[in-house]
Amino acid sequence: MSLKQTPSQTIGPFFAYGLTPKQYGYNKIKDIASNDLNSEGTIGERISIEGIVFDGNDEPVDDALIEIWQASSSGLYVTSKNLKDTNDSFSGFGRCGTGTNPQRKFSFTTIKPGTTGDNQAPHINFTVFMRGLLSHVYTRMYFPEEEGANQHDSFLLNVPKNRRQTLIAKQISSNKGSVYQFNIYMQGANETVFFDV
Amino acid sequence: MTSSYNQRDWTVHPSYFSENYKSTHLRSPTKAPIKIEQTNSELTAPSFFPLINHEQENDLTKNGAVNGQQPLGERIVVTGRVVDENGKPQPNTLIEIWQCNSSGRYIHAADQHDAPLDPNFFGAGRCITDNNGIYKFYSIKPGAYPWGNHKNAWRPAHIHFSLFGPAFATRLITQSYFPGDPLLELDPIFQSTPKEARKLLIKTFDIEATEEGFALGYKFDFILRGPKATPMEK
Repeated sequence: MSLKQTPSQTIGPFFAYGLTPKQYGYNKIKDIASNDLNSEGTIGERISIEGIVFDGNDEPVDDALIEIWQASSSGLYVTSKNLKDTNDSFSGFGRCGTGTNPQRKFSFTTIKPGTTGDNQAPHINFTVFMRGLLSHVYTRMYFPEEEGANQHDSFLLNVPKNRRQTLIAKQISSNKGSVYQFNIYMQGANETVFFDV
Repeated sequence: MTSSYNQRDWTVHPSYFSENYKSTHLRSPTKAPIKIEQTNSELTAPSFFPLINHEQENDLTKNGAVNGQQPLGERIVVTGRVVDENGKPQPNTLIEIWQCNSSGRYIHAADQHDAPLDPNFFGAGRCITDNNGIYKFYSIKPGAYPWGNHKNAWRPAHIHFSLFGPAFATRLITQSYFPGDPLLELDPIFQSTPKEARKLLIKTFDIEATEEGFALGYKFDFILRGPKATPMEK
């Protein structure tokens, strides 16, 4: 190891036209990802995720970028190496800004990920960027109905018991099918657990 | 697949809280991030390669232009390499780019700075590194602009970058600045970076990269987290 990592800097308030152009109504460049990870050929149980990012005053953050990265329903992360070997048209990557919903919600349409096998309960990886955040934070969303698997998850086991609930989504009823609510608290009594990935 | 990547080096990355950068006060986590052993989730990354036609997107002097007109400002060409901490080139790496125009105004609807928009400049694009980890894009030099952080606050000219690299763990969003800018010393965002590491955020002017009669050349290398060294086998 001879070189130093390039330092992180904040994403700032004006990323939307470059990173999430379609969501914010810009059309000069195309999106590389959206908040809908599914296509017709996607295999698996359709779910929705929604949440709000709260600052230390419990105010919704209106200029955050949320990225998710998850396994397919069979527990496979689709990468450039195995892209050709899978017939499941699921990329596993999504992006959503918090600036277009009136309540400052982010939302994703996706499928419930399968188990990846390495002592991991089914989960969705989150990266959060925003003005005022000099380095991004990593967190994970777990599923409330996976109580058994969650008890053996290597990440959750590293988290003090009284903070684990910040990583477990709430299932809410909706006419859209299975909706999981996953709010992210940057500070405060319920501060979300972030990982030094 | 790499078995694990080096941790984020907190001797180069800014801490979450910065007294002088006000937006961090209510947005920086107060508890230390929890250490974990990396799993498949952190060691894999999405593939964007088949999705992007970067030939059309790496020229910001053209991708927002109307009827073949040109944006105002000093044309620049920015080039360099994406490597890991061991100096190993990172091919097929997506780099997303966004910046304000030469007057210091972003096209983003929320930017209210009273400087003109340029009808021929959009300010965002992408490129992908070649087999040697080299990238190149064209743009115009962004302007400085005022912001509300403190009295008479101005951001130094900068370009925003977003990179994925080979794994979710190597994700990087950063800004790169221009050499000799007097605003760097006064900018709380740049200054929040540990002192020794600040030079890693400044482009170098490069006459070799400069294209005669066309654009000033700047060099900037990105150094992403590398695979953790494994003990030598006996």
